[in-house]
Amino acid sequence: MSQAEADRLLAIFLDSGAQRVEADILQPADTLLDLYGEDIRGRAYVTHDPLRGEMMLRPDFTVPVVQRHMAERAEPAQYTYAGPVFRAQEDDTGRPTEYMQVGFEVFDRAAPAGVEARVFALFHSILTPLGCTASLGDIGLVLAAIDGLSTTDARKAALKRHVWRPHRFADLLGRFSQPLKLPSKPLGGPHIGVRSGRDVAARHAMLEEEAKLPPLAAGEVEVFDRLLAINGAVPDALDELGLIANDFPALGAAVGKLSDRVAAIEAAGVDIARLKFAAAFGLTSMEYYDGFVFGFAQPNGDTVASGGRYDALTRVLGQGQDAPAVGGVIRPELTAALVAALAGDAA
Amino acid sequence: MIKLGVPSKGRLMGDTFTWFGKRGITLSKAGSDREYVGRVDGIDGVELVLLSAGEIPRELAAGRIHLGVTGTDMVHEKLSLWDRHVAPVVEMGFGNADLILAVPACWTDCTTLHDLDAVAARFRRDHGHRLRIATKYHRLTRAFLREFGLADYQLVDSQGATEGVVKNETAEAIADITSTGATLRANHLRILDDGLILQSQATVWRSLTAQGDVSELVDRLG
Repeated sequence: MSQAEADRLLAIFLDSGAQRVEADILQPADTLLDLYGEDIRGRAYVTHDPLRGEMMLRPDFTVPVVQRHMAERAEPAQYTYAGPVFRAQEDDTGRPTEYMQVGFEVFDRAAPAGVEARVFALFHSILTPLGCTASLGDIGLVLAAIDGLSTTDARKAALKRHVWRPHRFADLLGRFSQPLKLPSKPLGGPHIGVRSGRDVAARHAMLEEEAKLPPLAAGEVEVFDRLLAINGAVPDALDELGLIANDFPALGAAVGKLSDRVAAIEAAGVDIARLKFAAAFGLTSMEYYDGFVFGFAQPNGDTVASGGRYDALTRVLGQGQDAPAVGGVIRPELTAALVAALAGDAA
Repeated sequence: MIKLGVPSKGRLMGDTFTWFGKRGITLSKAGSDREYVGRVDGIDGVELVLLSAGEIPRELAAGRIHLGVTGTDMVHEKLSLWDRHVAPVVEMGFGNADLILAVPACWTDCTTLHDLDAVAARFRRDHGHRLRIATKYHRLTRAFLREFGLADYQLVDSQGATEGVVKNETAEAIADITSTGATLRANHLRILDDGLILQSQATVWRSLTAQGDVSELVDRLG
């Protein structure tokens, strides 16, 4: 049943002009570990090849598809794929460890709002007739708020590094909001290891400089609380964002991009009043997504599809090159059940 | 027959035998000292199974032994969702060991996880690879660091002599078991102020999957 559903979805994406691509199930672990860090070991199956070293059963198609695109770099390009992905479940044995994904990825330098709206509208046309509800988010808002802080580039970089770890992000923001005290130096020891004495001295010097910095202004810190609290219908969210941008003009450009995107989505025939927007959407689960993000949930709340813009990922994988990337995936096992339930209701 | 799993070697075995002895249950190795067959006196219907401390969690989870003695660290490291498979019966008051995160003492700029995170970011830029933390406790260390939100690190496997990896330049930091800290100090390492991952001690565990009535034995252990 899910294979037939995967084929149905694949046909829709092919009709939209995508080219079908395949990806190896076994992926080199190094690339995934460098991208996602050690946490991926808890989420992916790691296996060992005597010649090729550590390999992972693909946890998704994104990395191989981006790599393939970056090698050829013919733009605009649209790809679709279908096949199983594998997710180890360390803590929750109730979730599937192997399931299908059907994806659609667009690499196009045309105006971002138009490309994003086209991808979203396509997913919307597939999923809303099945009873799924859409949520939008925009990680670009948080990034813009960081850029707008009156502080050093080093502090901005430290905050951006943890945008996808909200708990650590809040901790850093809290630290930067107070006067820093230089911690007392512990007793040292003879030099051992790869990190040199000069590296240690350099960080001491940096900490001394940092201790002289004024704390972040309370008004600027508050912007993050106001921003991340936004959760409601798209038109209301836009109103609220407009108010925040009045107080904090650095957000203006990012809010403008969001308005353009919403206008483009509306022009594509989607009723935006029925869409939800949450500024925190995707922050914990969509590392490297750095702008528009979206998800579709079935009536019981499970996520059926998700996607967005992930230019940041192409920058890391492209070693200096990047590509404008927007895409998403659908889980055909879940949509198959929704299709079957609808057919049952109709009969 | 109720099967009791006990570490087969060293101080942990000796202390366990003494602990049970104080409760009127005499455990001993049958035959020669090299033989891994056990003997139980002072209670009926209990069989002694001598095992490596690291295998006891797995045997408990599989229900092949009813009760077992091993450290909290072993159970938490080896069993995913450990509390679905085993339950602690009584803490035995010995085998105390802390799983900790330690860095070179010469890193005088690094006393907390927050520091380590900043060091890791810079280290990756300067050295082209993620900061390496050597351990044999992969799951516990990873869960602890995920909870905190450390980025730009990698775990490297070290099954023994972990305190020496920094000097040997195969890792920058370690996550390992310590009781007094003497070995850490001798190897010029320092525990991070907030680097306590888990406090462990020898504990009697009960299998939640094994069939059989363990109440008589458990009553004697209180």
